[in-house]
Amino acid sequence: MGQTLAEKILQNHTDQEVTGAGQIVQCRVDMVLANDITAPLAIKSFKAMGAKKVFDQDKVSLVCDHFTPNKDIDSAEQVKVVREFAEEMGVTHYYECGEVGVEHALLPEKGIVGPGDIVVGADSHTCTYGGLGAFATGMGSTDIGAAMALGETWFKVPPTIRVNFIGTPGQYVGAKDFVLKQIGILGVSGALYKALEYGGEVVDNMSLEGRMTIANMAIEAGGKVGLFPADQKALDYSHNAGFSGGELMVADEDAVYERVLDIDVTGMAPQVACPHLPENVKPVDETAGLRIHQAVIGSCTNGRIEDMRLAAEVLKGRKVDPKVRCIILPATPSIWKACMKEGLMEVFMDAGCIVGPPTCGPCLGGHMGILAGGERAITTTNRNFKGRMGSLESEVFLSNPAVAAASAVAGEITNPAKL
Amino acid sequence: MKVTGTAHKVGDHIDTDAIIPARFLVTTDAKELGRNCMEGLEAGWVKRIKENDVMIGGVNFGCGSSREHAPISILGAGIPVVLAHSFARIFYRNGFNMGLVLLEIGDDIDKFSDTDEIEVDTASGLIKNLTTGATVQAAPVPPFMQEILNAGGLVEYAKRKLA
Repeated sequence: MGQTLAEKILQNHTDQEVTGAGQIVQCRVDMVLANDITAPLAIKSFKAMGAKKVFDQDKVSLVCDHFTPNKDIDSAEQVKVVREFAEEMGVTHYYECGEVGVEHALLPEKGIVGPGDIVVGADSHTCTYGGLGAFATGMGSTDIGAAMALGETWFKVPPTIRVNFIGTPGQYVGAKDFVLKQIGILGVSGALYKALEYGGEVVDNMSLEGRMTIANMAIEAGGKVGLFPADQKALDYSHNAGFSGGELMVADEDAVYERVLDIDVTGMAPQVACPHLPENVKPVDETAGLRIHQAVIGSCTNGRIEDMRLAAEVLKGRKVDPKVRCIILPATPSIWKACMKEGLMEVFMDAGCIVGPPTCGPCLGGHMGILAGGERAITTTNRNFKGRMGSLESEVFLSNPAVAAASAVAGEITNPAKL
Repeated sequence: MKVTGTAHKVGDHIDTDAIIPARFLVTTDAKELGRNCMEGLEAGWVKRIKENDVMIGGVNFGCGSSREHAPISILGAGIPVVLAHSFARIFYRNGFNMGLVLLEIGDDIDKFSDTDEIEVDTASGLIKNLTTGATVQAAPVPPFMQEILNAGGLVEYAKRKLA
């Protein structure tokens, strides 16, 4: 019987025989991750376990990206805890200060994670690395504390939903729209406890950035992982970033899927997820005209260079509505630098955008872009839960970077093709 | 252990931002987190809670972020048990690791209304609605997870492995 991608990667990391969905397997992990919100709890558990050292100094990543640059005294204290732990343990991949970026944009860029890896992180968007062909999933801090100490963790082998993207997308329609469409079809619990596995001609031609955007939102359908094949493109991308290892890996042709979903992207409009769940997805034109107060372009979902280019393409030669805060946060220092080199920064500043440092800040209502009661935002981030970006009386709409940029210019939700 | 308390119903797809908004994630203290439990659902929600009350969730309870602060804040508020139609994956694992009892009972969740008095036998999974007389038997914890429970939780389990 053939194996899914999830089963193959799990099999490569355990001495047990992986027989199918529902089985519990103990697996070795290749990278263990936590951030400035989740690491302090993980460290607390790690110490309570009596652990004296991390299992491998090169296989732990601590990225202070959520409330940094530290927004208040309490968050500064938390970062201090993480910094001191990293020093004490000799953790190789500790990121703060000028080196820090949004964790799920940073790790692939630095070649710290790659195809075939098992990555566990105390952050639900750890599933992003599925775009590279890694079995990557979010867990809580205590599970991560245990994984930092033991170098292994347990998984329940997930059943897999196969999603094939087929057809030819139109202008201003891309990875974000495909994944929003898919969440709209499956619902926010449609992939609960399950793996999502992606394929189809659109995926074959898609950039790694696009694949990571889709994998990033696997959790928004409840999924454990969002897995793309480890094809030559994924290997080349990771090796260029400095990753060593990895091999070509695709699912077996006779792999057993719980469900196969074909999504034809031909003629698809840009998609928007309306408040207060990512499954409330509509074509942009059905939400057009809604007044906005803030646009955010960035995050682990859409803060990569391709996203910046797309936003700049729409913003070039235009002005942001003076009543709109258009906040642009390139997700890592090297993306920031690329924006400068390519002249995108000039476009953003001429358009009247606010360009900030790499941070998760506004996505989770942390800082650097909080909404007041009655305010509405369009954002390229991943969650539009009630109060996610500030007041319980505010509203968040999710979209791709072109829609967010066009809406910032128009002052209302706008289809970039009609700007 | 038997828990007897008042039911507090909260609906479907309760996300972790509703349970504990990000602005409160600047501490790891359970009591402090407990004071702001469900602040993202309704301001001052937690004021209705007395020790040993039971939360009643719907479908996909605990979806969203991986923040372990969510089960900690529920425990910190004095709620030892959550019953739900279903739980989101990361939250389920976190609750289990933190010692928050989570019982998944599917459509039987409709047998419990807001303000009902409820008794839960956490060892056997037997749930009684003392107001209506209805009883529900929750499925037992999977054997591997029971092993971690028997060790006294994940921290103790890891401690033994490291020793």
